[in-house]
Amino acid sequence: MGWAIALHGGAGDIPVSLAAERRQPREAALRHCLKVGVDALKAQKSPLDVVELVVRELENNPHYNAGRGSVLTREGTIEMEASIMDGNTKRCGAVSGLTTVVNPISLARLVMEKTPHIYLAFDGAERFAREQGIETVDSSHFITQENIERLKQAKEANRVQIDYTQPIQKDEKKETPTADGDSQIGTVGCVAVDSHGNLASATSTGGLVNKMVGRIGDTPIIGAGTYANNLCAVSATGKGEAIMRGTVARDVAALMEFKGLSLKEAAAYVVEECVPRGNVGLVAVSAKGEVTMAYNTTGMFRACATEDGYSEIAIWPSVQN
Amino acid sequence: MGGWAIAVHGGAGVDPNLPPHVQEEAKKLLTRCLNLGISALRSNHSAIDVVELVVRELETDPLFNSGRGSALTANGTVEMEASIMDGKGRRCGAVSGLTTVKNPVSLARLVMDKSPHSYLAFSGAEDFARQQGVELVENEYFVTEENVGMLKLAKEANTIVFDYRIPAVGSETCSAVAESPLQMNGLPISVYAPETVGCVVVDNQGRCAAATSTGGLMNKMNGRIGDSPLIGAGTYACNLCGVSCTGEGEAIIRGTLAREVAAVMEYKGLSLQEAVDFVIKERLDEGFAGLIAVSNKGDVACGFNTTGMFRGCATEDGFMEVGIWE
Repeated sequence: MGWAIALHGGAGDIPVSLAAERRQPREAALRHCLKVGVDALKAQKSPLDVVELVVRELENNPHYNAGRGSVLTREGTIEMEASIMDGNTKRCGAVSGLTTVVNPISLARLVMEKTPHIYLAFDGAERFAREQGIETVDSSHFITQENIERLKQAKEANRVQIDYTQPIQKDEKKETPTADGDSQIGTVGCVAVDSHGNLASATSTGGLVNKMVGRIGDTPIIGAGTYANNLCAVSATGKGEAIMRGTVARDVAALMEFKGLSLKEAAAYVVEECVPRGNVGLVAVSAKGEVTMAYNTTGMFRACATEDGYSEIAIWPSVQN
Repeated sequence: MGGWAIAVHGGAGVDPNLPPHVQEEAKKLLTRCLNLGISALRSNHSAIDVVELVVRELETDPLFNSGRGSALTANGTVEMEASIMDGKGRRCGAVSGLTTVKNPVSLARLVMDKSPHSYLAFSGAEDFARQQGVELVENEYFVTEENVGMLKLAKEANTIVFDYRIPAVGSETCSAVAESPLQMNGLPISVYAPETVGCVVVDNQGRCAAATSTGGLMNKMNGRIGDSPLIGAGTYACNLCGVSCTGEGEAIIRGTLAREVAAVMEYKGLSLQEAVDFVIKERLDEGFAGLIAVSNKGDVACGFNTTGMFRGCATEDGFMEVGIWE
């Protein structure tokens, strides 16, 4: 038993041909965020603090679909959502419809700690943010040129997408469109366990490209995108609607608890049997310090490390998987 | 075994001093809703249609906390939410932050059937409602005088200690706080409005469905979302069962209560009643909640650890029961 941490920057149809200039900054971000998380665990920070810290880093990074770099609604606006859960107490916090809050995950944490509620959304959440004095900026801060392009393309193709890491050139035919869109980088998230078996999970996103205004996905839904109890902590990514109906994060824990599956087995079962192919990825850690990263998409931006020195940063399936 | 089954609820956590005439009204409403559902089931309507139509009836009646008669936010306005789930295919729809939609459960159904998404909220949901042409009314329509009074009491309760005697709303109730300091969601039980209505159905083809609708917690912060619109928490249906929960939102969300019933059936092979009992007994920790459930085999069950739950259930073999207390 020791500490363990895993984080993701989204699962989807990430083309193996992803250009270096698009791949490298994302890999560098994974490396950086992993280090931030590992250092915090080594400094004995609680897993709840660690997952919040790591997700803040991912939110601040414009290459991932959370905080800055969030994808746009069909009106070209930003609506961010996030949730956080503490395994020991099963306390949780969630937010949706944020437009000015620099770090949605931190607001989710404040909802958990400073209100009698679990979930605040839209105007009410923004008002709460101001009352709490959390950092807010003009909504334009979150919008990147890349995402403006993505929205344009999605509208042209009349698609709602999770994300679109493929090159922006219109003549690019490499994508293999599925029924409801192509490459899927839905979310960012982090799970962590310390050497005492305390677990926590956090997930944050800008949602789907070209989503309807007011659309809520799986990310702020406890049991869907985020879950932690005293057995494991899970953060999921992919097609929100599928993750919600599959109660993905909760099911990993339920399989461990009710069927005695191991962390790895439970995660594999959920991504293989409970959600259609091409729709989901997740990272999870167990109270025993195990880690697993499972997905049924082409790839998932991910990284993990355990106290015994193992670490991995990857996008596509690694050889031994 | 086999055949259709239906259960409805009007919320868990009932003031033990609730005046008898209000209890009678509640039972009459539950009976009426059950009969509506039974009639539809006998006419071979699908489970998903039946749960929607029954919850619409509960929303329209001002007695319980949903649609008209919803609890009020801290500003005295109404913000409603609902969710619906079809066990066949586990399709779902949910809405939050509605202020003008007369029947939130029907908008949730439209989200499920007519939008590319599963959950819409606040102004986006209201825009969608307009596009879909559902019946819209002014926010005042949902506000009842009784709830205006309750809001005032809730605000007072939030600034007082337990021995304050809360004056009665309605002629016959006496204060609850000093004599029975029961609380739910941080409010004395005489002021707490049981939060929700719901319906679960299994039709004669063995398909399960569930729907839940609410105005939420009295005196809630604007923008607060509870368990009712959250799939897996307040509502869940799969090919094994349909579940609708009510009570303390936090406890239901943390416990992913509705999904839990289905998960122990699915992964541990428990029967419906065993699953319901397990969840109520083991999954609520210090929280208070209740739920109703049906299974694809035609079983119906309910469970609660609160002081009462407004509920009714019926099965094809003629069983029918409406109740409030244990």
